[in-house]
Amino acid sequence: MAPEELRDQALAALTDYKDTVLSTKIFHGQLTLNVTGEKIIEILTALRDTPELAFNYLSDLTAVDHLEIGGPERFAVVYHLVSFDHNHRIVIKAFVPENNPEIHSATALWGTADWQEREVWDLYGIKFIGHPNLTRLLNPEMITGHPLRKDYPLRGYGERDTHRRVEREIGSKYKPKKLD
Amino acid sequence: MGIENKAQTIDSNASMEEKIKSNVLTTSVDQAVNWARKNSLWPMPFGTACCGIEMMAVLASRFDIARFGAEAIRFSPRQSDLMIVAGRVVNKMMPILTRIYEQMPDPKWVISMGACASSGGVFDTYAVVQGIDQFLPVDVYVPGCPPRPECLMDGLIKIQRLVERDSVRYYPKATVGKD
Repeated sequence: MAPEELRDQALAALTDYKDTVLSTKIFHGQLTLNVTGEKIIEILTALRDTPELAFNYLSDLTAVDHLEIGGPERFAVVYHLVSFDHNHRIVIKAFVPENNPEIHSATALWGTADWQEREVWDLYGIKFIGHPNLTRLLNPEMITGHPLRKDYPLRGYGERDTHRRVEREIGSKYKPKKLD
Repeated sequence: MGIENKAQTIDSNASMEEKIKSNVLTTSVDQAVNWARKNSLWPMPFGTACCGIEMMAVLASRFDIARFGAEAIRFSPRQSDLMIVAGRVVNKMMPILTRIYEQMPDPKWVISMGACASSGGVFDTYAVVQGIDQFLPVDVYVPGCPPRPECLMDGLIKIQRLVERDSVRYYPKATVGKD
């Protein structure tokens, strides 16, 4: 299916949520829908359950920080959907605001979303409402903040310098002589 | 048989030094212990990155660290006395590294192999420890990115020379049965 045709079909399936669709974009034959985050579960359900679209596989779920590149809101949660039945793809970018970065969890629709949403929570601090176990996936618990945010300092908040220091147990008597 | 015959020919009236001269070697405890220790270092490999691959090359037949008696790689810290930290250590791994180091029995030595383990290397980010020597007592640094196998062997020889100058007096008495 040509991407223009897919776009028209997708917009037809989303007529009930027309006001949440901000814009569409076709780049290198790939269709992107920019939407706001409030009705994301309804949108994803419609895309999955409409027979002509049948996006039955969540290929990827990630996020973007639009702090420096600009956009409707600061964060965007990105859903890459694939239809095995029709062999076509779509990208949904759901924008969530900076002061309240929350979006509903897609774990009920695709089990794949579980760990991916945990990773997004870990690195971007976007909260997924209704997630069964929203804990950090990659970083240790001692980390404060969310390191892939663009305003997180490159060298961190000192978490790499705060480990316990181990001294030699043999104490002060052991003074290795200098090598020649 | 030659030794026995020779021993029998010693005059029974000779002094004790004369009698034991051809059978016994006298040395100090330090020298004997250090000689045994330095020629049977059992490394604990902590290979986390490309330096780990280079370390494996050193262990394999082409470079063959067995020539220096350090071929018995132990994956249990309780059986090893030399830790080779090869590669970058991230924040999440640093407590594990500390724990493995503490599980090694004394005496123990640490080689910090490569730029990343010694200083963080090019990975100056929030997630990478900028040199394990901030938290562990490192004995020998091996520079390079990654170091040539010859460098690691040189580091091992440097450790051997440290062991040579060691003394059993430096270590606390065995604390078996005490708190």
